[in-house]
Amino acid sequence: MANYNWPEMKTRAVMGKRYTRQDGLEKSTGRAKYNSDLNKPGMLQSAFLTSPYAHAKIRSIDTSAAEKLAGVTAVRVIVAAGAEVNYQSQEIALVAATSEQIARDAVRLIKVDFEVLPHVVKEDDLSKVGNRAKPAGEQVTGDPDKAMKEADVVSEGMYGIPVLTHCCLEPHGQVSEWKGDGVNLWPSTQNVTGIGPDLAKNLEVPATQVKVHMDYIGGGFGSKFASDRWGVEGTKLSKASGGRPVKVFLDRATELNIAGNRPSAFAKIKIAAKKDGTITAWDSVSWATGGMTGGGMPPIPYAFTNIPNRRLNHTAVQTNGGPLRAWRAPNHPQASFLTCAALEDLASKLGMDPLELFAKNVQYAPEARRETYLHQLKKAAELSDWSKRWHRRGDSGAGPIKRGMGIGLCTWGGAGHASTCKATIHPDGSVEVELGSQDLGTGTRTIVGQVAAETLGLPLEAVKVKLGDNSYPPSNASGGSTTVGGVSSSTRIATADALDKLFAKVAPSLNSTADKLEAVGGKIQVKGDASKSIQWAAACKKLGVESASATGSNDPRNPKGLNTQGVAGVQIADVSVDVETGVVKMNKMVAVQDCGLVVNPRLAESQVLGACIMSVCGALMEERVMDNATGRVLNPEMEFYKLAGIGDIGDIVVHMDIREENDKRGIIGLGEPPTIGGIAAIANAVANAIGVRVPSVPLTPDRVLAALEERRSA
Amino acid sequence: MQAFEYANPTTVKDAVGMLSAQWGEADVLAGGTDLLSLMKEYTHTPKRVVNIKGIKELGGIQKTSSGLRIGAVVTLDELATNAAVRSEYPSLVQAALGVTSPQIRNMGTVGGDLCQRPRCWYFRQGFGILGQDKNGKSLVQTGENRFHAIFPQAPAFYVNPSSLAPALIALGARVTITGPNGSRELSVEKLFVVPKTNKDRELALAANEILTAINLPPAKGIKNATYEVRQKQALDWPLTTASVALKMKGSTVTSASIVLGHVGPAPVQAKQAEAMLAGKALTPDLAADAGKAAANGAQPMSGTAYKVQLVRTAVKRALLEAMKQRA
Repeated sequence: MANYNWPEMKTRAVMGKRYTRQDGLEKSTGRAKYNSDLNKPGMLQSAFLTSPYAHAKIRSIDTSAAEKLAGVTAVRVIVAAGAEVNYQSQEIALVAATSEQIARDAVRLIKVDFEVLPHVVKEDDLSKVGNRAKPAGEQVTGDPDKAMKEADVVSEGMYGIPVLTHCCLEPHGQVSEWKGDGVNLWPSTQNVTGIGPDLAKNLEVPATQVKVHMDYIGGGFGSKFASDRWGVEGTKLSKASGGRPVKVFLDRATELNIAGNRPSAFAKIKIAAKKDGTITAWDSVSWATGGMTGGGMPPIPYAFTNIPNRRLNHTAVQTNGGPLRAWRAPNHPQASFLTCAALEDLASKLGMDPLELFAKNVQYAPEARRETYLHQLKKAAELSDWSKRWHRRGDSGAGPIKRGMGIGLCTWGGAGHASTCKATIHPDGSVEVELGSQDLGTGTRTIVGQVAAETLGLPLEAVKVKLGDNSYPPSNASGGSTTVGGVSSSTRIATADALDKLFAKVAPSLNSTADKLEAVGGKIQVKGDASKSIQWAAACKKLGVESASATGSNDPRNPKGLNTQGVAGVQIADVSVDVETGVVKMNKMVAVQDCGLVVNPRLAESQVLGACIMSVCGALMEERVMDNATGRVLNPEMEFYKLAGIGDIGDIVVHMDIREENDKRGIIGLGEPPTIGGIAAIANAVANAIGVRVPSVPLTPDRVLAALEERRSA
Repeated sequence: MQAFEYANPTTVKDAVGMLSAQWGEADVLAGGTDLLSLMKEYTHTPKRVVNIKGIKELGGIQKTSSGLRIGAVVTLDELATNAAVRSEYPSLVQAALGVTSPQIRNMGTVGGDLCQRPRCWYFRQGFGILGQDKNGKSLVQTGENRFHAIFPQAPAFYVNPSSLAPALIALGARVTITGPNGSRELSVEKLFVVPKTNKDRELALAANEILTAINLPPAKGIKNATYEVRQKQALDWPLTTASVALKMKGSTVTSASIVLGHVGPAPVQAKQAEAMLAGKALTPDLAADAGKAAANGAQPMSGTAYKVQLVRTAVKRALLEAMKQRA
């Protein structure tokens, strides 16, 4: 049996190297075709009629005029008369037509009689949500009251982080074609293998009859797993239009309103501590919304999970907003912000350096992470010049520009998901690996190629990686930082097994046996004896007409030491705040992150860079603005739903914590962890700079100036 | 977007003839950076769109006997890179560069900057220029108004969106407007009017008139600067702007013009602050005091109190910036 273990760190030839992403040229030249770029012959366009109200009952709906409009091929009513809509932009009907313009005109011809019902769209003030508050009960550990009483110091604060919307540059949607007994689907999805069965169950066709293809995706961040209403209704429209392909991609406003809402989180937090900074108790009253399903409690206290005395009260708030979707590290950025902000406030109250306070309380982190956090705090401090730049709360320097530093932490699982790979070595020496997985832009194609090339002793370009089609062996959805562990492990096993078959064919010519051979440097040779070798191409010729092919799977219950879970990371932000305008400027962000064995440090760093940029947006700019009176989202566009540009992100320094001891653990996912601690770090840096906590992010000029004003008048 | 007829005239006369005396019938297209969004959202549903970018006489920046004439379809980028503008009107260059999207600077025109519609999110969502519910109650006053006015003129609580207007007003610029009966001139400050109902427009233009040029008086010896408070470096709308133009005698200000942007439905002339500077040597302390005076009389709403501070800062910094210029 083949040896699947990863080669020693120092002997790797392709893995661990800084290859640029394999599809970088296609993407940057525009040659890469996203499914939203598709234009198939005879393809129909579509438009949604969506609800203008946050809550309403549909008394009647009349689509007859729309149906009669020339160019309209079919209309689907999604919410029938008598039913309610529960948020603005909820899909009511979908029209297919020969042009987008006709589809939009047709939508305007649909007559709906709404009975407008009361709504609740804001949750920042819990006292104003009435019966939309759904208390989740109290959890008590130890004796928090006693600990509070006996504490040397008790720090209290209020913190909030609003609903954000994913804002994928490629909106949600697909082109679908329901012809005969089968469906062709070209979606924008994080779930190439799973979206077919998901669609099939809603269409009542066999899952095997849905063929899915997607080469590239323009952003998902956790919001693109399911076939969704647009998938189901768009495909039904195709059938109703005689099997012509139908394109449904959401417009920007609908995309922002309904295709991704990260739950908010608000909390009043009380922390008790000893004079030396050791935390003795935590008491939090938190609430959150993610639409009509409410919002769960973020995992607080975050990272410092074992604070001995804890009381947690959480309330889910049902609001008439778009339904929540998973967002890169579900609930973790919220939890990290709430926790690290409260800790920073405690440090300030104690007059302590927060670096020291965080380090002191690492004792409450899960045991497996403690040493890592201590190592990373030290490294991040060094890279951010903490000892020189950190000062007590409030930059006392002259002038309106105040500089400050802050820390945020992360933790995540990231074990590899179930994944199957088929590897084939052809007689002409070419190699193909096929997985029903997807490259979310993270570099999956590249790292799969690196793993295969490493295993086969070949250069990266010798391997053809095929992803993005559900005719390839199944892989799970890319969510929760599970892809790299899953696809690397299945690829390793499949390629090693295929290689074994090649060894068996080659062994006789080397007077050896398969188990004594190795593939190194484009040759197959007897282990440790380069004099007994055969070039790769010559070796493959010995396959005759039959390719050497094998299928390998990653079984999450037994990952064979190839992948594992559990990472830590530390981020430090360095900001300047103009206290006369409230504008926060990023100077520098340092991210120190471990993720076990790193297949490609360049791509890993790129993941972390993206995550830091996301954190800058979340900390300083992003916020879904809801209007009480109209129940509407006021900023479903990209002018007032603000995102950072290059000039806004400052200098980002990424340090991948690549050490022998981390490497030995195997591969761990990286998508979520670096998105977690940044908001906390930036918010803490602003408090450190200006001398006062701005309770809620994003830290916009109005909020920063309001916090300064409140302190002045206090 | 509603289907429309597209007209591509080559003379102002033809263009004017293609417009309608009624608002809503036809729209003028220049850079299109605002109009196209308005049409896509069905906020504007013109039956005819009249492209004026092909009209040669609307282009170019020329020195005239009375200063500088800037054609209406000159782009913000052309404005910001023009040598004559750069030498005498730094406040205008700073204002144009405050439009931090290169795409908008390349496509957007000076006429369009003045004629664009307010960014008020209630307006953009179909609640009319005044942002009112169906009973005529302001949604802005009791709603989400963080980007709105601190110098409102009820019933208007939106802010004028122009980046260039404060600088143009401070510099004493006038616009040429051409209609069926020929051309007329108007000071830029008079271009902006305050609507009383949702049917009114916010510009002193008739529906069949076109803003054809901006005329700047000479500014030799006039120190001028714009300071814009904006959150982002990338495309972002200004939160508050101050433009100043100072006539000097040695180090003494003989007269000052201070105009605030994005704080009211029209640019606001800060008269108290202007008066405070006249006859005095400008010092940092005086600049700060003028900033404070400029914010006098502000009537912030629930979300706009911070703009009082922004006015103070913007005026102070614009003055200090102007002070740095060589006479």
